[in-house]
Amino acid sequence: MPPDRAQTLRDAVGLGLAVGLYGVAFGAAADAAGLDVWQALVLSAVMFTGASQFALIGVLGAGGSALAAVGSALLLGTRNTVYGVRLVPLLRPRGRLRRAGTAHWVIDETTALALAAPDRAMAGLAFLVGGATLYLTWNATTVVGALGAAALGGTARAALDAVVPAAFLALLWPRLGRAFPEPAVQRRVALGGAVVALALTPFVPPGVQVVTAVVAVALAGRPRRAVAS
Amino acid sequence: MSATWTAVLVASAGCYLLKLAGLSVPAAWVEQPWVARVVDFVPAALLAALVVVQGLTSGDEIVVDGRLAGLAVAALALALRAPFIVVLLLAGAAGALVHVVVG
Repeated sequence: MPPDRAQTLRDAVGLGLAVGLYGVAFGAAADAAGLDVWQALVLSAVMFTGASQFALIGVLGAGGSALAAVGSALLLGTRNTVYGVRLVPLLRPRGRLRRAGTAHWVIDETTALALAAPDRAMAGLAFLVGGATLYLTWNATTVVGALGAAALGGTARAALDAVVPAAFLALLWPRLGRAFPEPAVQRRVALGGAVVALALTPFVPPGVQVVTAVVAVALAGRPRRAVAS
Repeated sequence: MSATWTAVLVASAGCYLLKLAGLSVPAAWVEQPWVARVVDFVPAALLAALVVVQGLTSGDEIVVDGRLAGLAVAALALALRAPFIVVLLLAGAAGALVHVVVG
């Protein structure tokens, strides 16, 4: 096997397994939010985009309405649209069926794998192998987490309650670091979102403050070429 | 159908359509500078809101309990570049400890 191909396969399987294990946390959090194992599994199998899944159960778990929950999940899902646009020239999915299938696996991890691959053939391989590994692991671990959490007692429940906000922090953290463009602006927007959500909490129905926090995006200012500084 | 199932199914279908749209619409629609700008920063605003809502609120009240200890420990672990699973286990341990100590 050529070294490029072996390296691409190793990266794709490694990332798929590592991130897929995180499904345990999702399954457990879904149970804590009051979802049953089937609802957790449908989210992992059909929605299959971690941040949106966590947002949906986060809002429902906080007692929020279905509308606020769906709104949060969709807002977080918009970045997958942008990933799709970036992937088209790399993957060139031909035909309606292939496009429909490819779309299902367009997420943070598969996009990163495809963009990091040395050429187009390797990009397709990385997308497919990484996507398959992650999909299978993520769904299996979701069930394990949901069933495991359902069997927990009081102290373990308290532990789980502390895991959910930490999971959101872990999803947020890399966006605030140097690996992302404009980390200072990302931090400003994050802080703004947190302040808006906390300030609104006593006044709006649960979950609405999460969707409303999106106004903090205004703190990012205009697109770069128009920014004075 | 329960509200939870409705939310699960509608949001799942919507998230799929957002993915499909990326592969289907002309790139120029999505590559407007202001669209890219908003999409780049939506996750930061929403995830930060979810951190505080999950960590510090209960219903319409602001509540400080073991979850805040879990967040502090998680932040420290993330700063030290601990892997995801380790971050979550440490946060859970901190939450459980506060629960046992405070009761």
